[in-house]
Amino acid sequence: MKKSSILMIIGALLLLGLFKFPLWNITLGAPQYPDPLGMNIYINGIEGAEEHDIQNIDGVNHYIGMKKIPKPEEMWEFTVFPQVIGGMVILGVLIGLLGFFGKVSYKWFLGWFTLMLVLGVLGMYDFNAWLTEYGTDLDPKAILKLTDAEGNPLSYKPPLLGTAHILNFTAHSYPRLGGYSLGLGMLFTFIAYFVGRKEAKKLKG
Amino acid sequence: MIKTSKFLVILVTGLLILSCGNGNNSKKSGAIASGVAERVYVPPGEHDEYYAFMSGGYSGNLTVYGLPSGRMLKEIPVFSQFPTNGYGYSTETVPMLETSFGFVPWDDSHHPDISQTNGETDGRWIFINANNTPRIARISLETFETEEIIEIPHSAGNHSSSFITENTEYVVAGTRFSVPYPQKDMPIDEMKGTFKGPLTFIAIDENGRMEIDFQLVMPGFNYDLSHPGRGDSHGWFFFTTYNTEEAHTLQEVNASQNDKDFIAAVNWKKIQEYVKNGGGTEIPANYAHNVYDHNTHMATTTWNKKVLTVDPTKVEGAVYFMPTPKSPHGCDVDPSGEYIVGNGKLSTDLTIHSFSKMLQAIENKDFTGEAYGIPILNFDTTLAGTVKQAGLGPLHTEFDDRGNAYTTFFISSEVVKWKLGTWEVIDRKPSYYSVGHLMIPGGNSRKPDAKYLVSLNKITKDRYLPTGPELEHSAQLYDISGEKMELLLDFPTHGEPHYAAGIIADKVKSKSKKIYELAKNNHPYAVKNEAETKVVREGNEVHVYMSTVRSHFSPDNIEGIKIGDKVYFHVTNLEQDFDVPHGFAVIGANTSEILIMPGQTKTIIWEPTKVGVWPFYCTDFCSALHQEMQGYVRVSPKGSSVPLKWSLD
Repeated sequence: MKKSSILMIIGALLLLGLFKFPLWNITLGAPQYPDPLGMNIYINGIEGAEEHDIQNIDGVNHYIGMKKIPKPEEMWEFTVFPQVIGGMVILGVLIGLLGFFGKVSYKWFLGWFTLMLVLGVLGMYDFNAWLTEYGTDLDPKAILKLTDAEGNPLSYKPPLLGTAHILNFTAHSYPRLGGYSLGLGMLFTFIAYFVGRKEAKKLKG
Repeated sequence: MIKTSKFLVILVTGLLILSCGNGNNSKKSGAIASGVAERVYVPPGEHDEYYAFMSGGYSGNLTVYGLPSGRMLKEIPVFSQFPTNGYGYSTETVPMLETSFGFVPWDDSHHPDISQTNGETDGRWIFINANNTPRIARISLETFETEEIIEIPHSAGNHSSSFITENTEYVVAGTRFSVPYPQKDMPIDEMKGTFKGPLTFIAIDENGRMEIDFQLVMPGFNYDLSHPGRGDSHGWFFFTTYNTEEAHTLQEVNASQNDKDFIAAVNWKKIQEYVKNGGGTEIPANYAHNVYDHNTHMATTTWNKKVLTVDPTKVEGAVYFMPTPKSPHGCDVDPSGEYIVGNGKLSTDLTIHSFSKMLQAIENKDFTGEAYGIPILNFDTTLAGTVKQAGLGPLHTEFDDRGNAYTTFFISSEVVKWKLGTWEVIDRKPSYYSVGHLMIPGGNSRKPDAKYLVSLNKITKDRYLPTGPELEHSAQLYDISGEKMELLLDFPTHGEPHYAAGIIADKVKSKSKKIYELAKNNHPYAVKNEAETKVVREGNEVHVYMSTVRSHFSPDNIEGIKIGDKVYFHVTNLEQDFDVPHGFAVIGANTSEILIMPGQTKTIIWEPTKVGVWPFYCTDFCSALHQEMQGYVRVSPKGSSVPLKWSLD
């Protein structure tokens, strides 16, 4: 159980990357923005990729009546997410340690992984819901009111993952180092489960 | 006298005809045929390899070009009011043009020179002189804005300026028109022996701030151009002189009588030491020192009341004269610092002095006389060589990094390449027409970056589509990377560039600022957001604290202004995005518009003379809603009781 427990501990600790590095990034490029605008999404708030990007994205968005990019205190997520991630790190390390000393079985690793996966999916669902609201809840006094061919108001929702065209901008939405560190950490804990199972079999055999 | 000038005209015309043969030959080289076009073509979106800074001459400004394309990138206002962005009109920049003669809204800018470190251009600042009302300006190469202007007291015709020593210790400002020193009321014909030609040494500190260290009070010759020594000759400065005759009338003839004038060699290190040890005499002066602060976005003028003067005869071994034929113009020092080239503008030859031979002659006291107590060195012992029959009317020489020199010849209208040391002519190319100065990026430093040469031509005539009698001047770009020079491109230049300085773009472009930080804006009337905007009355002065952001002013409606009021529009651009300026103009303003960069505050004064509701608007096409970026000011009769109010809804 030693190898798998160490993997479990490392996996859980990799989540700490989310406190330092952005989880996600949305970049907006347009002909008149040779240096694209960008926002880095952290678990505790949103920052510009460059110093004044948030102000400049808000400036561009006001033409189509979009709300300003929320400050940390304006969204409960930015308070709760760090607590959830912190809690999961502690829990994961604890499970790993207990496994290392043979107090719990490898199945706990899968348990942690499953819980994290559920939380992650919920988080993505919440993120997508915010993007939808951000992109569609528009000021009725917006300067530019654009509609599609059927006469419905255009949605300016950036993609959850991938690239999309929004008016003159091309939006790219992808995970960043924090997000990769989360994924890698979860992968480690998942592997820890299989390694743990193998170790358990060996012990029995 | 009339006879003499007629003779000169005939002579010069004759010379021009003689030189025409050259002109016609190379006109055959078609740009397309030889693939030359590709070599100056910078594709859309790509950057030029070099910055070229050209003086504006009578525009008083400095223009920035890209090389090899010849595209004009910017005009930087320096000594002249510039309604394009409000320089010299906005209350913040009016002090920049303050002088002891009062507000001087124009000048004649001549010789830009880029700051150096260890004899190489470093791209921190560029300095330029005002010829008419003597001043030196410093322009930041981070903001490309004029940051400082210092007036030069007791000088007239600030021409042999603004050249920089190899670690930017000093910028010099010489006097072209000798004058009474200090100024006084006296008969002009008593000039000889009384007038002086002060050479001013301005010390530069690490932030670029200028301060006059001393004024060397030289005999009343005309100090035309100058250059610092470099390498071994670092610590010396060389000035060409003309009118050593000290003539005061019909100078075109009477100042051209001596077979040789002088190059003055000044050991500034010796004088610096002398001054440090308490040498020199302070005399009264009154001159303006104008400094622009990028945090307050305002310029302030301080008045200096004294200047330290140094009598050259009081400092042993500090100043010598080297006889140099025929009213030399350019005074150029090669990259090694060994050769000092005198461009005798009424001659066919170039005279080259040797620095090491000069030191030897000084040591041997090989003097042929003295002028006002200053030793004159023996011409034959300082002479390194002569480029014989190189052309007619040499004006200015710059250098490459391969041991070659390039000289412009005004009268024969050509650029001539010759070899240092052997003094043989290697190549000559006609210039169209009547070339004045030339520029090789770094060609006036220890390390020339000698791929291109730009000639600055005085006469344009038929080079472009005609635009009536008044034409822009013209520059020409030559490729000098090979043995023979190749003419690549003609391009028109703005004003009259007398001189230019070039630098490889990489030394400058990454440091170029994109915006001014709003958070660091310490202008007393700045607003940091729309909530801070307001209108405040102080007697008949009304201060509008206004903001701009795409695409509105705040406030955009103002009432309660009365005839007789002096309205200050203090406009802060709240944008923090690259290249999103806003402009402000109001009907009937007797000033100019102002163009406000992101994070900047500028002020323009409006004194309404008519009752009514008057519009103001943004003059810079800032966004899709630019056209809507407008507002109204209600102006009521004097003594009206309309209350002051403002809004943005």
